[in-house]
Amino acid sequence: MTTTQPAPPTRTTTPAGTAKRPAPAGRPGVPLTTRLAVLTRHSLVQAVLIVAAVAWLVPTVGLLISSLRPKQLTATGGWWTALTRPAQLTLQNYTALLGGGDVPKALWNTVLISVPATLLTVALAATAGYAFAWMRFPGRDGVFVAVVGLLVVPVQVGLIPVAKLEGAVGLFGTIPGVVLFHVGYGLPFAVFLMRNHFLEIPAELLEAARVDGCGEWRIFRTLALPLAAPAVASLCIFQFLWVWNDMLVALIFAGNDSQPLTVYLQSQMRQFGSNMDILAPGAFLSLLVPVAVFLCFQRFFVQGAMAGSVK
Amino acid sequence: MSLRSPRRDRATGGALRRHRGLALLLVLPALLLLGALVVYPIGYSVGRSLFDASGHRFVGLDNYGAAFTDHATLTAVRNNAIWVAVAPALVTAVGLVFAVLTEKIRWATAFKLLVFMPMAISFLAAGIIFRTVYDADPHRGVLNAAAVAVHDTFTDQPSYPGARPRPGTGLDQADGGDVRVPAATGTVLLPLVGVQPGAVPATARTARPADGDGVRGTVFLDFVPGGGGHPGQLDPGKKGLPGVKVQLHDGARTIATTTTADDGTFRFSAAPSATASVVLPAADFAAPYRGIDWLGPAFVTPAIIGAYTWIWAGFAMVIIAGGLANLPRETIEAARLDGAGEWQILRRITVPQLAPVLGVVFITMVINAMKIFDLVYVIAPGPVQQDADVLALRLYLVSFGGGNDQGLGSALSVLLLLLVVPVMLLNIRRFRGSRS
Repeated sequence: MTTTQPAPPTRTTTPAGTAKRPAPAGRPGVPLTTRLAVLTRHSLVQAVLIVAAVAWLVPTVGLLISSLRPKQLTATGGWWTALTRPAQLTLQNYTALLGGGDVPKALWNTVLISVPATLLTVALAATAGYAFAWMRFPGRDGVFVAVVGLLVVPVQVGLIPVAKLEGAVGLFGTIPGVVLFHVGYGLPFAVFLMRNHFLEIPAELLEAARVDGCGEWRIFRTLALPLAAPAVASLCIFQFLWVWNDMLVALIFAGNDSQPLTVYLQSQMRQFGSNMDILAPGAFLSLLVPVAVFLCFQRFFVQGAMAGSVK
Repeated sequence: MSLRSPRRDRATGGALRRHRGLALLLVLPALLLLGALVVYPIGYSVGRSLFDASGHRFVGLDNYGAAFTDHATLTAVRNNAIWVAVAPALVTAVGLVFAVLTEKIRWATAFKLLVFMPMAISFLAAGIIFRTVYDADPHRGVLNAAAVAVHDTFTDQPSYPGARPRPGTGLDQADGGDVRVPAATGTVLLPLVGVQPGAVPATARTARPADGDGVRGTVFLDFVPGGGGHPGQLDPGKKGLPGVKVQLHDGARTIATTTTADDGTFRFSAAPSATASVVLPAADFAAPYRGIDWLGPAFVTPAIIGAYTWIWAGFAMVIIAGGLANLPRETIEAARLDGAGEWQILRRITVPQLAPVLGVVFITMVINAMKIFDLVYVIAPGPVQQDADVLALRLYLVSFGGGNDQGLGSALSVLLLLLVVPVMLLNIRRFRGSRS
């Protein structure tokens, strides 16, 4: 999220923000009407963006406040009434939700699904990506083109066949079953990303290591992998968020004992309105981790999003 | 590949060959999983789509025929077409506007962070968020609360929403909802019922006949708490209705306007005449504005597309801003010096130069919109689900959500796959192009 706002070379006493084009506005001798027009346009831009910022902020703030209101109040008025009467806010929904029952288990299941699914995908993609980039084996280029082709295959295509497949080997309805599906459908993009990043390593560097008698596995572990660390980080974040946020795959492949938070909350949607004390704090809990990851690792996240735009 | 010259390949060829075993060891786990979980399912789906629900009877292309004749599936196809036609263009446009406008402000980083954040949120959480935002009840849904607030600011508030003349008292309500009664001599009685509890202000006093000359009368709540009294008459215990707008009409012309006092009385200076009538305008009784039924059958798809835009506009903005930062500034500065307006610059210079980036964002969003599932499943309330249906949701419902017809489900998944095949080929061509 590093925005490029190059400081203009001639920054005079222009009104805030016209910095990008100070010439017409700030230079003395420019007709007052022109300066006024620039000023008006500038305030218009500010106004539009403030309205947009509010529109983007309000829904999430509404969820947060809703999650902090006791159940009996949700029937009497919207969450915005808490803005003037903050005394109604309480943590009781959260303590009730985390105190026992289904939510802590579902939250734990979410962790048990997303962490292995991320680590496995990244590990398999890193090794395969390195081989595709710097090693030789029969059919390498043809197979990689096929991987590129698989980038856009919708997960929906796999639902029925993989459910049958996992049913045959007893994985259907278990956490490893959900993990396996996520690994399969995370791999095309992951391999693609890793291979492209490994290719950016200068060939001379790898060759020097080979000449020094380094084994290929050691080169991969001690040279290539550290150099591709930013890509690995992007991939980890992307895959983790993808799996953490998934509902569709878990809806089908997880059983009652292995359902993650998204599936549990979805099952509560039928009584929407009467159980905001579960849905609002539950949804907020489920978005807390991704948003924290996002805020801590924005840079990698944006890089991942950019790279993922081919997906 | 492109980075390595053939000569270097030859030089290290021996080493590479020795490592062929290791190479296969490194790629095989990934390839086996891809084969079993992605490639094999494609073949299986194509095959399975040619069999009926039980999977035992070969039905040829019947499932595909059903996909285009079955009413529910046709709705899904139609909605998917709306999604693909509207959502990607909307997201790209909003992203472009944000990217261009944030270049002109100081708090660009904060704005981008804020708009990009929904990308990290699950569709389920976003769905729950927007179910509440779109709630039709203005006391729960913030959007309708805002709509009602704006509406009520710009229109007159009905004093007694839902009130009507007491039936059987000879008082009529015209088609437009105005209550009209001839301006007779003496007190004109206007007995009303249906006043909402709480609508009568605390200042209201017991209704009584109006004093003075001219046209006069009393508007009152024709109801005695605890029972009793006669319909249409001023009995003890009946409250006057303060603040009701009263008009005096001569024919169709309004000649005077007043409002009732705390005891419900009103008075005009004009004398009664045969053509005059006392009118209570309909606006005072209109049912209150309740906003828009966002999640009703008519608006549900646009509403969900709105939520989708909330999620993805940040992605479009960041990618487009990245492209914008790489544009050569000279052309734009030159155009500006030549007196081109900002809009002209955007349309004639910026957008054409950004075309490749806009294309990437647009295509990504198209693929995304084709596969849309979670948002629709979560936001559309049960009874409206079939009006909001899309292909991926239909596929899920048909195969797992009670439909129990994996033949039709497979046909739908093959259709989804066929929809993305052009992008698949495009990706491969782009990749091949980048190599040579």
